[in-house]
Parts: sequence; C-alpha cells; structure tokens
Amino acid sequence: MTPRFTVGAPVNVRRGNPPGHIRTPYYIRGKSGTVERICGEFRNPEELAYGRSGEPKQVLYRVRFNLKDVWADYRGPMSDTIDVELYEHWLEPSS
Amino acid sequence: MMDNVTHTHEGPDPHAPRPDHDDTLTHHKMLEIAVRELLIEKGILTADEIREAVERMDARGPHLGAKLVAKAWVDPAFRARLVENGSVAAEEAGVQMDQPTRLIVVENTPKVHNLVVCTLCSCYPRMVLGIPPDWYKSRAYRSRAVHEPRAVLAEFGTHLPDDVTVRVHDSTADMRYLVLPMRPSGTEGFDEAKLAALVTRDSMIGVTTL
Repeated sequence: MTPRFTVGAPVNVRRGNPPGHIRTPYYIRGKSGTVERICGEFRNPEELAYGRSGEPKQVLYRVRFNLKDVWADYRGPMSDTIDVELYEHWLEPSS
Repeated sequence: MMDNVTHTHEGPDPHAPRPDHDDTLTHHKMLEIAVRELLIEKGILTADEIREAVERMDARGPHLGAKLVAKAWVDPAFRARLVENGSVAAEEAGVQMDQPTRLIVVENTPKVHNLVVCTLCSCYPRMVLGIPPDWYKSRAYRSRAVHEPRAVLAEFGTHLPDDVTVRVHDSTADMRYLVLPMRPSGTEGFDEAKLAALVTRDSMIGVTTL
C-alpha cells in the first residue's frame, strides 16, 4: 500500500464521530497538522476491537500539531507541539 | 516474644484488630481465574507457562530503558541508530521487544523537551520500562499532559524556560515512546553501568530531567 501522504504534508483530521472503538482522540478531530513520519502499515484497531481481521491494513502516521492550534486557550509558547498517531482513513489533505 | 495469649492490643497504641487488606474478588479477577483454570484444564497452556510469562513481564523494568539511555550517551553511532529505529537498536543492545508495538525514542536537547502520555488508555513502553506508575494511568495526567503540559511538568518539579520547545507524544496506536534524557553534567568519566544508575523512570517518561 502506498501511503497517501508524505512526510511534511499538511493534513486535516476528519471531524467524524462514529460509534464504537475509535483510536482518534476527540480533541484532535478537525485539527490541522503536518505528517511527522510514516510508521508503517497495521491492522485497523477499529475493526480488531470487534474480533474482525482488521484487513486491509491501514497506513499509520504520526502527525504533529501546534498546541496553540489544538487549544484556543493554550498558554505556552507558539512552538510547543503534540504528536498523535493517526490512521490514514482519518486524514484528509489540507489546502 | 509476642504470642496470641499475651498480645492484647493494649500497648501504647491500643486499637481493635484491623481488617485484612486483601483485595476483594472482583468480577474481572474471577473472570481471570476462571479463564486461566480452563486454559490449564483443557491443556492449552500449562501452569508453568503462565508463571513463566508473568515472571517475564515482572522482570521488565526501567533498568532496561536506562541501559539503552546510558549506551546512547557513550556511543554516538548507537544513539543515531536508537533514534532512527528504536526497536531494532534495542534488540541489538539485548533488550527484547516481545510486543507487536514498535519503540520510538525521542531525544531531549537543550532546545527540545519531550513528554509521553496515552490519552486513550495507558499505553506505555512496557518492554523498556515495565509496569506504568499509577499516575500515568490517571485521568488527570492523561487529560492535562496534552492540554497544559508545562503545568504538569512544573508539578513534577520540571520548570522549562519558554525557549525550550515542549513536544508531547500521545501514544494512540501502535508506537511506544521512550524519552532519551540529556546526560547530566559532571558525568564525563562515568562508565555505562554508572551512567545507567542515574537514569530514572520519570526522566524516560519525560516528566523530569536529570
């Protein structure tokens, strides 16, 4: 599987709020960041949680966000960041 | 010597017999016992295999992470490999990666400080740090580490100036994180074993520095 996004690419996290076992923390949905690294392909935990195969595997990324962009009330310096592991189906290209 | 006849609890601290502090048999404990006994009864696992697995898990602890950190401090080539691919370098140093998750090592520098959390549950690099401390699993740590990391760090006694960037790492999926702390000054002549003894668990989670 070819990763859809490259390192350094700007991405948005989907805003979805589907039921069930989700690995995308609520606080990061709808936020914009950049791909920090591509971690490889893993079976989809949102499927594995229900005893299914988790196939096809999903590309897992680490996406870096500025904490100022994640929290409107963030009080630290502009440069502080948070890196979150996100599966490809949660990411969209950012224009 | 004290025995049951003369032991009346009327010494300087008189008190009624205190209840045992044995854990209660909760639903999940009962479930564990039932499943374990069934696995043994049906010949799928032996009691010895289960004991060995528990012993293997118990044997893991921060001394493993400390060994990697000390090696990285004295060996720049190893340090580069550790940061490039934590799992492979750890195996090379004799630390077994017995989990499907992968190890990412993040380096502290004079300009960057790293902090690890798992907001979703309590993912922790058990292969190099063993069992997580209770506070790591608390809702307070999990929610505050991503929202006000500098306040959390300050509560651990770690006060960072604004020109040091804080990088929080949320272990949401298949990666596990180990912080490579900065080598303390005044340790120039130390060998690996002596250096490893300086490396604390908390410094490898990133809540403290050395």
